[in-house]
Amino acid sequence: MGQSIWNSMETKGYSRRDFLQFCATAAAVAGLGQTGVAEVVSAFEKKEKPAVVWMHFQECTCCSESFIRASHPIVVDALLDVLDLNYTETLMAASGFQAEKCLSDTIEKNKGKYIVLVEGAVPTGADGVYCMIGGKTAESILQTVAKDAAAIVAWGSCASNGCVQAAKPNPTGATPIHKLVDKPVINVPGCPPIADVMMAVVTHLLVLGQVPKLDSQGRPKEFYGRRVHDTCYRRANYDAGLFVESWDDENAHKGYCLYKMGCKGPVTYNACSVVKWNEGTSYPIQSGHGCIGCSEAGFWDNGPFYQHLPSFPGFGIESTADTVGMVVGAATLAGVAAHAVVTNIRKRSVIAEVHAEDQKES
Amino acid sequence: MARIVVDPVTRIEGHLRVEAVVENGVITDAFSSGTMVRGLEKILIGRDPRDAWAITERVCGVCTTVHALASVRAVEDALGIAVPPTAELIRNIMMATLYLHDHVVHFYHLHALDWVDVVNALKADPKKAAELAGSFSKWDKNTPAYFSQVQDKIKAFAASGLGIFANGYWGHPAYKLPPEVNLIGVAHYLDALEWQKEIVKIHAVFGGKNPHPNYLVGGVPCSVDANEVAAINSERLNLVARLIGQAEEFVNEVYIPDLLAVASFYKDWAAWGGGLKNYLSYGEYPTQGYAKTEAFKYPRGVVLNRDLSTVHPVNPRDSQEIKEYIASSWYTYQGGDGVGIHPWAGETTLNYSGPKPPFETLEGYAKYSFLKTPRWKDNAMEVGPLARLIVAYAAGHTDVQELVKDTLGKLNVPVTALFSTLGRTAARGLDAALALAWLKEFFGQLMDRVKINETSTFNGERWEPKSWPKDAEGVGLVEAPRGALAHWIKIHDGKIDNYQLVVPTTWNGSPRDAKGQHSSFEASLIGTPVANLEQPVEILRTIHSFDPCLACSVHLYDPQGRHISQVSFE
Repeated sequence: MGQSIWNSMETKGYSRRDFLQFCATAAAVAGLGQTGVAEVVSAFEKKEKPAVVWMHFQECTCCSESFIRASHPIVVDALLDVLDLNYTETLMAASGFQAEKCLSDTIEKNKGKYIVLVEGAVPTGADGVYCMIGGKTAESILQTVAKDAAAIVAWGSCASNGCVQAAKPNPTGATPIHKLVDKPVINVPGCPPIADVMMAVVTHLLVLGQVPKLDSQGRPKEFYGRRVHDTCYRRANYDAGLFVESWDDENAHKGYCLYKMGCKGPVTYNACSVVKWNEGTSYPIQSGHGCIGCSEAGFWDNGPFYQHLPSFPGFGIESTADTVGMVVGAATLAGVAAHAVVTNIRKRSVIAEVHAEDQKES
Repeated sequence: MARIVVDPVTRIEGHLRVEAVVENGVITDAFSSGTMVRGLEKILIGRDPRDAWAITERVCGVCTTVHALASVRAVEDALGIAVPPTAELIRNIMMATLYLHDHVVHFYHLHALDWVDVVNALKADPKKAAELAGSFSKWDKNTPAYFSQVQDKIKAFAASGLGIFANGYWGHPAYKLPPEVNLIGVAHYLDALEWQKEIVKIHAVFGGKNPHPNYLVGGVPCSVDANEVAAINSERLNLVARLIGQAEEFVNEVYIPDLLAVASFYKDWAAWGGGLKNYLSYGEYPTQGYAKTEAFKYPRGVVLNRDLSTVHPVNPRDSQEIKEYIASSWYTYQGGDGVGIHPWAGETTLNYSGPKPPFETLEGYAKYSFLKTPRWKDNAMEVGPLARLIVAYAAGHTDVQELVKDTLGKLNVPVTALFSTLGRTAARGLDAALALAWLKEFFGQLMDRVKINETSTFNGERWEPKSWPKDAEGVGLVEAPRGALAHWIKIHDGKIDNYQLVVPTTWNGSPRDAKGQHSSFEASLIGTPVANLEQPVEILRTIHSFDPCLACSVHLYDPQGRHISQVSFE
C-alpha cells in the first residue's frame, strides 16, 4: 500500500509501454477517448492503489460472478494491480475471525479513504436477523463499514433497489443501500450489472479519482443514460412494424422486434445493446429473448414478463417509441420524486453537491 | 473441550456459520448454520408460472441456470409440455457448460487455497516447477519464464499486503505441497480466473448473457437458422466450437492434472470427511426427452449404506419419500416440530429463536439455522458429484466405472478412498471430465440437426394460459453441479398457487433432524482432527469439498399466506 499504480506496475516488471497501453485501455473503457489518455496516465502515476472492501448481504453472488467476467481489464490484473481488495467473502483466503480482521484492519488503516462495494440488499425486518455474518446483522455491519468510507458503490439491483427479495410482499424487509446510509451511493443496477460496466465504474472511481456523473437515481449516466430500445439493433424493425409474433416463428429467425413478446427494452435504462455481455458476445434480445428490465427499480413487480407494454396506436411510427418512452419516463420521474421526498432528501442534496463539484472540475 | 466458531465461512456462495466441538484434537460434534433468508418462495405465489424461471434463477448466481432449468421443467411437467429435441440439446449444452465453469472455479478459487500455500510458492524454483508441470501436462504455457513471472507478481503482491490472500492459514503444517507444486497451483489459479470468463460465452450465445441467461417454458428462446444473421447461425456455432475446444484443453491439461498432482500429496484425506453413507442423485442430461429417465446420462437413484449392489428408485411425487423437517430450524409447523412434510404440501412459518445479535455462539439453542432439513424416506442423504458418481457406478454405467477405476489406479488408492473429503474433491474432477465428453457429444448432435434443418426450439401448444387446466401440479428435477435440486409447483387459474424448492446445499448443509440425525456437513466433520484451534483449515477442507451454496438452500414459504411471525427475544 502507499504505492502509486505506476510504481506498483513497475515493480511487477511491466514496461512503461505496457503501462501506457493499460492507461489507454482504461481511458477507452471510461469513454474518454484518445484525449483522455494523458489524464489517465497522470492519475495512475499519482494515485495510491485504494483500499476496497466488498460486502455481501442478501444476494445470490451473481454480481461477484459478473465482475470476474470482466475483459478489460481482466479481473486478475484488476485484483493485482488496480485495487487493494482486502475483503470479499467469495474469494478471500481467510475465514472466520481472520476474515473479520481483514475488514476491521482495512477500515482502521484507511479511515476516510477506502471504497465500499456492496452486493446485496439489507433485510430490516425482525431486527435484522434475516442476514447475519459473524453473529452480527447485515445492517449493523453496513453502518460500520459505511461510516468512514470515501465512497459507496451499490452493485446490482439488490443493493441499488432491493431486487428479487424486495419484490412483493418483500417478506424480510429487504432494503437498498441508499435508503440506509447517510452518504451518496453510486447505484449500478442490473441483475447482474454487465461485467465491463462494473469494471469501468471501478476504474472511473479509482483511476480517475472521480465520482462518475450520476442521474437522478444515482446511476452513472455513462451507462444508464439511454434506453435499451434506443440503441437496440432491432429498433429499425420496431419502427417498420416488424414483430416476432410467437417464439421461434419465421420473424424470430429474421430477428424482428420482440416488443410483442414482452420486451421491456423501451422502459429500461442500461447499456446492454451497446456494451453487450461477456466481452460483447451477445445480449438478451440478440439471443432471442426480450429484455426483462432487470436494471429498473421494482422490475419484478412490473407485470408478467411476456405481456407486452401497454399498446399504443400506430406501430412503425418513430413518435410511437418516444410516446412509450415519455409515458414511462414520466412515471419514473414521479417515482423518483416521491422516493426523494419520502426517504432521501438530504442525500440527494449531497449527490447534487457531488454533481456540482464534478462539473466544476470538468 | 473447545468450541470453534467459523463465521463467515468464506470461498462459498452465501452466508454459512460452522460451530465445532473439539475434544483431544478431534471434532466430536458440529453445527452447520445458514444465517440468511430471503423468502423467494413466498414471492412466487400469485405470479405467472412462465415467469418463475427468472425469479428462481436469482436464487443463485454461482450455479446460475440450474434453478431456471428446474423451474421450466416443473411448469412443463405440470402442463404436459415436451420440448423439441433441439431445445433439449441446447439446454444440455448450457448445463454441461455450467458444470465445467463451476467445477474449475470451485477447484481453483474456492477450494485450492485449503491445499495450496500461496506464500510458500515464493520459495519455488520456477525452472523445477516448469519441469514438474511438464511431466504431467502438455500445456504449452508451463515454462520457466511463465512461472518466474507469476512468482514476481505474487512477490510484489505480498509486499503490498496480499489483498484477498491476507490472513490465510499460510505455513500451517497441514499444507504439504512442495513449493513448486504450490507455485503451479497459484499460477493456474490466475489462469483459471482468466479462462472462466471464456467458457460462459456459450451461455451468452444461447441465453444472451451470463450470469443469469434466459430460459423459456416450452423450449429455449433462441432460434437456430444457418441462413439468418440474427439467429444461431454458422458464426455462432463456430464460436461455441472454439470455446468447447478451449475448455477441453483447460480441463485436460490444467484442471485434471493439477487435481491429481495435489491429491497425490494429500492421500491422508481419503480417511476423513466421509460423513453419511447414503447418496442421492436425480440424474441429468436427458437424451430422449425429460420423461424418459432411463435414457439420462447420469441415472436417477439412491444408494443406501454404501451398498453398491442396489440402486433404489426415487419418486419425487410420493408424499412419503421426500420430506422436510424443522426440528432444528428457525421455523414452526402447525403439526409441531416432529413432523416432516412433502414439498407439495409444504408449510413454513419463519420463527427466529436464536440469540439476539450480536452474539458469540449458538451453543445451547435447539434451533440454529434458516435451512430446513430434507430427508429421503427419513434417511439423511449426501448429494453432489460424489453422490451421482456413486449412483452411476452402482447402476452399472460403464463410462463412469472405467473413469473411476482409472483415476483410483493413478492415485493408487482403494475404492473406499472415494468416501472422503479427498474423494469428494476428486469426484468433482471426474464429473467435469464426463461433462466435457458429453458437451462435445451434444454439440455434435446439435450440428447434425442443423445439417438436416431440424431446428425447432419451441413447443407452443401450451404457451397460452387459456390452454391450461384449472389446476395442475408438477415437479422439475435437475442434477445441478452441487447435486440434487428440485422445484415443486402447483398452478391454479393460471397462477402459481404453491412453489417449493429443495436444493443441494439444503440436503448437505442442513441442521440435524427430529431424530438427531446429522446431515452431510455435520456428519463429515465429526471425527476429523484439528491441529490448531485458531486455524481450523481441516474444517474448511471438508466443508469446501461440498462446494456449499447457501443462497440456494434457504427459503421461506407460507402457503396459507399468513403474516410471518414477528421475532421475539427472550
